[in-house]
Amino acid sequence: MFKLIPRENVSPVLSLLGPLFSVGLTMIVGGILFYFLGVDPFAAIKMIFWDPLMSETFSTYSIPQIFIKGAPLILIALGLSVGFKANVWNIGAEGQYIMGAIFGASFALSLYPLESIVIFPAMILIGVIGGCLWSMIPAFLKVKFQVNEILVSLMLVYVAEQILALASLGFLRNPDGAGFPGSRNLNQYTSASNAEIIAGTGIHLGVLLSLLMVIFFYVLLFRHSLGFKIKLLGNSPKASGFSGDNPNKLIFLCLTLSGSLAGLAGIMEVAGPAGQINIDFNVGYGFTAIIVAFLGRLNPIGIFFAGIVMALTYVGGELTQFMLNLPAAAIQVFQGMLLFFLLSFDLFVHYKIKLKGNK
Amino acid sequence: MNNKIENTLFQCRAINKEFGNVRANNDISINVRSSQIHALLGENGAGKSTLVKIIYGLLQPDSGTMTFLNEEYSPKSPKDARALGVGMVFQHFSLFEPLTAFENILVGLDKELGEKELHASVIMLSESYGLEVNLSSFIGDLSAGERQRVEIIRALIQKPKLLIMDEPTSVLTPFECESLFKTLKKLASEGTSILYISHKLKEIADLCDTASVLRKGAIVGEYDPKKMTPRELGEIMVGQSLFKPKRPVAANKSNKVLSVKINEVKPDTQFGVTLKNIDLAVYQSEILGIGGVAGNGQEELMQVLTGEKKDRNVSIKYMDNDIEMLNPRERREIGLAFAPEERLGHAAVGNLNLLENSLITDPKKRFQMKMGFIDFSELSEYTNEIIEKFNVKTTGVSALASSLSGGNLQKFVVGREIGQKPSLFIVNQPTWGVDPLSAANIRQAIVDIANTGAAIILISQDLDEILEISNKVAFLTNGNLSIPTNTMDIKTDEIGAIMGGISD
Repeated sequence: MFKLIPRENVSPVLSLLGPLFSVGLTMIVGGILFYFLGVDPFAAIKMIFWDPLMSETFSTYSIPQIFIKGAPLILIALGLSVGFKANVWNIGAEGQYIMGAIFGASFALSLYPLESIVIFPAMILIGVIGGCLWSMIPAFLKVKFQVNEILVSLMLVYVAEQILALASLGFLRNPDGAGFPGSRNLNQYTSASNAEIIAGTGIHLGVLLSLLMVIFFYVLLFRHSLGFKIKLLGNSPKASGFSGDNPNKLIFLCLTLSGSLAGLAGIMEVAGPAGQINIDFNVGYGFTAIIVAFLGRLNPIGIFFAGIVMALTYVGGELTQFMLNLPAAAIQVFQGMLLFFLLSFDLFVHYKIKLKGNK
Repeated sequence: MNNKIENTLFQCRAINKEFGNVRANNDISINVRSSQIHALLGENGAGKSTLVKIIYGLLQPDSGTMTFLNEEYSPKSPKDARALGVGMVFQHFSLFEPLTAFENILVGLDKELGEKELHASVIMLSESYGLEVNLSSFIGDLSAGERQRVEIIRALIQKPKLLIMDEPTSVLTPFECESLFKTLKKLASEGTSILYISHKLKEIADLCDTASVLRKGAIVGEYDPKKMTPRELGEIMVGQSLFKPKRPVAANKSNKVLSVKINEVKPDTQFGVTLKNIDLAVYQSEILGIGGVAGNGQEELMQVLTGEKKDRNVSIKYMDNDIEMLNPRERREIGLAFAPEERLGHAAVGNLNLLENSLITDPKKRFQMKMGFIDFSELSEYTNEIIEKFNVKTTGVSALASSLSGGNLQKFVVGREIGQKPSLFIVNQPTWGVDPLSAANIRQAIVDIANTGAAIILISQDLDEILEISNKVAFLTNGNLSIPTNTMDIKTDEIGAIMGGISD
């Protein structure tokens, strides 16, 4: 039998090596998986991690794509990481992302075809509020009735998906869309379009905001007393109370931040790369961002790099889909492995294994 | 006690143990004879804990040999040690908080024993040795003192031949101590040897037959505590002369700083203590000592005083302001400071470094710049000041609080609070588990701020400490507080009557 014993000194070097190690191990095990799917593992791994960045054929398209796919991941993960530090486990960012998109898009489309420069900023604000409201439900239930926020936030994802279907097929359906599901395309509505800011790349305002938010959250967590209060609550609720903090306020703050950022990511996506509200609008960014938050060690700078690596697997994954015919699910397995190996590695960073003699 | 049987029960020879480049144990040899109570004396960090962990099988020595009952003894785990007849009661409790006291005793057993049978023998042990515990209480709801009693019962139930006790009396009252001493003497006379670690020199003189003194990882010598004064023993231990703080002169008796009136405050948990009929006042330059047995409402009173628990049935007046509805931060802002009993996880956080721990109590927003940004240069200056003034042994301000020994962390916590120059300082168990020299320094620091005009409420189970530096004393029993009396006027037998009446 084995026994886990906590290590007295946790090596900071090992702790930083974790993400690198898990990426490496994911490549190896993922390669084996690809082999059994009948694909050359070396070609597949190269196509996921190397070609999007270095290949002349793909890189002009895929490098901006990495930032476009990375932006929602980074935005959502930043918001989640603050909560995770305080032991507030919002895992329903996917739902908040959807609600942000629906709120913002509904507002803009209700004004169609009116053109005004205030529509775009107002739409973003309403999108942020939409995501935030959706996260206030678990916040309120947790503070008022001590209901576990994990369950509530997760279940609300499925509610949001139903509302998304309702919107696509019902109240937001494009009247000029020949009966197809899906709203009007916001990219064709100048006042509401989250247009590209560098021509020909697809890079939009959300990408810029994701980079600004990295800085904002870094300052919040490491330079501001609010970040300290969040950390204190997460480490010891009793010490937080002794310090004089109100845990309920901090819980609301954490869920406000994570819901708002998920909402922001949602409205940026629907008005930009996605273009419209449709049944298949959400692609799991809200869940993948949980992996990004942990892969980035709940550190804003780490989350930036983790978001980029994760976006690389999306972009590279798409390449393998149409170049090598790898199934899309294989890429999801690949992403899941990343978190799995990271958590396993962490276990060995914090604990050592001892063989228990059978006496 | 005089007919010592000179045969050796346990012996260790030239034990060495290094951690990194720190030599925790350096060529240690001791000899524990059977039916004896053998003291192991030393400051925090002298290597006592390392040595007993080796004896109990928690650590393996780098070199050296041990014999137990004339046979070679090298336990690979505590289970081995227990199987051979070595038991241990830890200073830091190893109990499961979500389980009841009885369940904790049950899960600690190596052998299967019927629940009924066990229950009977636990009751028997707890009665015959005066170890009173509500067996169906959850550990999480028990006070430090009660938890320790559970630990002691858990060790005794295995009927050890050598019992190691790591500062067992640090949370007990004099009465509990006396009954524990009776227990230990009875155990010794029945043939169990006891290896007894303590900082309390007086109780070693009362209790122990032999004392091995450790300093900086090495044995200084073996002494007969009955032939020496506690002071002499203490000076051998620290390697320098000890001082004794004097109580403040209490010059400004007319200025009332705080008055507290509590009719009744119900506890948050089923097993907490209801505070009743508490009426106390503390004046400028005065130390009010609050004594009493652990678990008689100290924790609850502290929570009401800090503001972690607010209750409408409480009236707290601080310099003419009603403050009962203020939270801890608001109370600090007007000049109060607090040091709760539990260092890790309440007063300080193990996973945070010392800088961050300084930030936990920041009443004057001294470490904040505009808009709430943290002023790290001010913060590290203050933290370094605490470390220097209170002689906190640490690698620096970025060391984690969990890396500090208990005594050093306590110095840090007390230093952090005193450094805010409070008008009223409320402290619960300031010197629990702290070595005599550091304890004397902490007491002196408390007396010093009283002499500069602060009022102090000192909650402590260490009666000597209270009698040494308090101007007035009151006792908590079952949530009731006795009327504060001048320390000078109180007689030892009166204390017995006040505390004894209720503690049983």
